[in-house]
Amino acid sequence: MANQEGDHYISYLDQQGKYRGLLAWLLSTDHKRIGLMYFYVIATFFFIAVSLGLLMRTELIAPGETIMSPQTYNGLFTVHGIIMIFIIVIPGLSVVFGNFFLPILIGAKDVAFPKLNLLSFYLFLLGAIMAVLSQFLGDGPPDTGWSFYVPYSVESSTNVIFALTAAFILGFSSILTGINFIVTIHRMRAPGMTFMRMPLFPWSIYATAWIQVLATPIIGITLLMVVAERAFSIGFFDPALGGDPILFQHLFWIYSHPAVYIMILPAMGVVTEIFPTFSQKPVFGYTAIAISSLTIAFIGYFVWGHHMFTSGTSYFSRLFFSLLTFLVAVPSAIKVFNWVATMYGGSIDLKPPLLYAVGFIFLFMIGGLTGLIQGALATNIQVHDTAFVVAHFHYIIFGGMGFAAFAGIHYWYPKMFGKMYNIRFANIAWVVIFTGFNLFYFPQLVIGMQGMPRRYFDYLPQFKTGQVLSTIGSYILVTGLLMMLINLLATRKKGKTAPANPWKGVTLEWQIPSPPPLENFDIIPEIKRRPYFFGESKNEK
Amino acid sequence: MKNQETHSTGYLTYAIVLIGLLALTTLSVAVTGIHLGAFTVALALLIASIKVAFVLAVFMHLRSENLFLKLAVAGVFVLFALVIIITFFDYLFR
Repeated sequence: MANQEGDHYISYLDQQGKYRGLLAWLLSTDHKRIGLMYFYVIATFFFIAVSLGLLMRTELIAPGETIMSPQTYNGLFTVHGIIMIFIIVIPGLSVVFGNFFLPILIGAKDVAFPKLNLLSFYLFLLGAIMAVLSQFLGDGPPDTGWSFYVPYSVESSTNVIFALTAAFILGFSSILTGINFIVTIHRMRAPGMTFMRMPLFPWSIYATAWIQVLATPIIGITLLMVVAERAFSIGFFDPALGGDPILFQHLFWIYSHPAVYIMILPAMGVVTEIFPTFSQKPVFGYTAIAISSLTIAFIGYFVWGHHMFTSGTSYFSRLFFSLLTFLVAVPSAIKVFNWVATMYGGSIDLKPPLLYAVGFIFLFMIGGLTGLIQGALATNIQVHDTAFVVAHFHYIIFGGMGFAAFAGIHYWYPKMFGKMYNIRFANIAWVVIFTGFNLFYFPQLVIGMQGMPRRYFDYLPQFKTGQVLSTIGSYILVTGLLMMLINLLATRKKGKTAPANPWKGVTLEWQIPSPPPLENFDIIPEIKRRPYFFGESKNEK
Repeated sequence: MKNQETHSTGYLTYAIVLIGLLALTTLSVAVTGIHLGAFTVALALLIASIKVAFVLAVFMHLRSENLFLKLAVAGVFVLFALVIIITFFDYLFR
């Protein structure tokens, strides 16, 4: 049996091991402490990248130069992208909630390779620090955008090699984490927990881990090829030397499109845990959701060419990638229908985690449907490289992964820290964030459709209204984020003690005390049925 | 130890495979002299794949592993092959 609430126990937060104080955290191999260290690092970088975004939005509040030079603007959007993509959204949910909750959800005491887990963290930290240092060292901040497209990334006189190396190291960390999670899921599930009895967040982590392991090496090699091209003029990508710039785009997107699924699959896993709990009802379509995670991971591996419709790829290739792009919408839609069906007829408790999860569906759907506009060959030409793409991307990544992250934080916060935040204040923060988000990004869909290019420091007068609305939206959004942060930080020290199971959840993490003890379970539980069993109901089989 | 017994491979086998790998390397260099057009890359990848298969099966002991592991590794290579084929189809039809 698992630990029971009320039993005398020492939580992972208070556990004293070989080391004391800060070292006890920095050298800990406990999956929960490593998860929290990732959380703190990622949250810090998130607010740095948000600040950069805010500066960019302020620059765009009026046409012409407002608060910075064009070169500074180029540097800012590059670093904003590198931090957000490589440090926050790609590892984000997987390393924070994956580390913290994967072992608990499958009834294990830790991940399969705890020391490797700590190594992954330090590689991540090294890569993250290098990415930021690339701004200040060498010949100026890299100005290529996060996608490092050749030939510009080979020709730019800025500090590109340093940023490429940072991304390369972050990739290493990602691969090691992926291997760790795959082995953990295969080898360390509790007795009786077959794959079809495993909760759906571990399913999503499993699908994600395979992408991490199979796709990340390709970007690693590609980034090294750019470094070699810059240093030795080998001719991989330079046509003058017999190379092909489109080869870089192929190699880059072979990783970077599946990377979008590395970002979004764990997010889908998080909200899939939340819907049944706050509907007090088994998840609808368990098997369909589980299999659709793998299907998204598999099909998502073969759609990279839709980033290159205007790059001069062959017509046959464009047709192929367009078709597959539409196909990948099918398993995504299966998930959405199942989430809605899970809530249907349930006993809905509209607490902050569910608000963020419902917000996730709404924003993710806008992101997904605008993605189909770009997946169609004809309309893609119209919106390519415009603010429409920026808005679509942020609806998917921020509206999707970001809102799911906020949902997860509000869902699992009482478990992670043993404290309960102010629910009323969290609800108000959600309203502010949701409003700010849409005011921020929706105008960009419109001005993008009208022809506003992305990554431009300046704009024509007809785009001013949209740009101003967008900037005001960004200020509202950041206000909401600060409200959320203050609520959580204040609770961390002075909040009320949270019960072991404040949401009446039924998965394993809610069967142990809050915060969990060092090795999670005194005795590994035996699993006898599928997860999400809230008592007899018509959906339970 | 049973596991070690199943992995035991004679030095002679290793030597033969090594010679085979060197021969295939020589072959891959030699075929670059033949003008095969679009198939030059395909042939080079085919020879490389055969070499990889030998290394995996003999040096990395995959041939003595269970079926699941063999299928998992094969699946990864099929995936990788598909990615390369799709990429080169773009070049072929451009």
